[in-house]
Amino acid sequence: MEPLPSWKTFLIELLLYAVLLVVYFAFVLHYLGGWFKELFDHDRKLFAVMALAVMIAQTVGLEIVSSFLIWLMRRKRKN
Amino acid sequence: MYFPISGATIDPFYLIGLGFIIGILGGFFGVGGSFLAGPALFVAGLPMNFVVGTDLLHIVGKSIVAARKHRVLGNIDLRLAAVMVVATIGGSEIGVQGIEALKRIARVDLVVGVATIIVLVAISIFVFLESWQALKLKGSRKPVSEQTAQEKDARAFKFIAHWTHSLDWAPKMGLPHSGVKSISVWAILIVSFVGGIFSGFLGGGAGYIRMPCMVYLLGIPTHIAIGTDLFEIVVSAGYGSFRHAMDGNVDVMIALIMQTGAAIGAQIGAVLTQYFNGPRIRMAFAPLPLIGAGLIIYGLATGRHIH
Repeated sequence: MEPLPSWKTFLIELLLYAVLLVVYFAFVLHYLGGWFKELFDHDRKLFAVMALAVMIAQTVGLEIVSSFLIWLMRRKRKN
Repeated sequence: MYFPISGATIDPFYLIGLGFIIGILGGFFGVGGSFLAGPALFVAGLPMNFVVGTDLLHIVGKSIVAARKHRVLGNIDLRLAAVMVVATIGGSEIGVQGIEALKRIARVDLVVGVATIIVLVAISIFVFLESWQALKLKGSRKPVSEQTAQEKDARAFKFIAHWTHSLDWAPKMGLPHSGVKSISVWAILIVSFVGGIFSGFLGGGAGYIRMPCMVYLLGIPTHIAIGTDLFEIVVSAGYGSFRHAMDGNVDVMIALIMQTGAAIGAQIGAVLTQYFNGPRIRMAFAPLPLIGAGLIIYGLATGRHIH
């Protein structure tokens, strides 16, 4: 079984991750908000498809970023 | 912050914080967290029809990642999932139509709110009783390190699954991956159909209903029930959120912001599970649905919302 990470390492991972999320959060709010409202008002079917697609892309993207960060931090700790 | 799609004004940090807490719960308890997310969104000022649709969309993304992990572990019974998906979608459609009917008579908040309170209180009582019984069973057996997989999955109320397996309603099918020799297809269809109605009507993946039903009614081992349920939720919640989005019940921006907080919380929740064991985790989960019920009662009784 893989040893548990120290709290210090874990908090650093989280801090890095949180910074990335804040950047992403600003991006989503600025560029997607208006576009989704337009779709909602004028093309409900496309809105439904895009809502699902963006949600899936965001979740998978965040999962890849978090897995990469954890892998990176643990590799550094090993070295 | 103003969200033009739903017309609600909600603090984005409230949404990130809510997502964060739900992420921890999801990572720690293995649940979608709709029992808390729905009430918390309602109290924040989101109309109930948007609460249901937005929460469903939020569930889809989370379930994909979790189901992928369970697939690698071999925790998905594809035969069972294939049968369940059909009935869940049918039930989900009825749930969505129920919301639309309530929208027409302007009774969504009251009816969905009261139904949610009843379901949450019932779940809380059931989980408490079951985990209490399971802890007693566990204590009377040998040490955990010496238990077989079947012994570790020991649970109370086994007689219900035995009764379901003995039902002679044709057609019947075997579920070798789940260790079930023969079970009526109707039993599986009824369980998933009811789960679908809850999912479409109250939002979320309805894992809080389907999971206990799969374990206690159908006799599916817990780890396979969790994996199969998640796999099935990807399809059914995807369909439900698509239908709700078409009907104008989804505020995608709220779901996306919540998801960013949930992604951080899930990492913490997953780490925390390494420090606790199964029945104690279930026992700790028992009072949580009551928080959701309390929030709904507060919102309905006072008509006040937290911005």
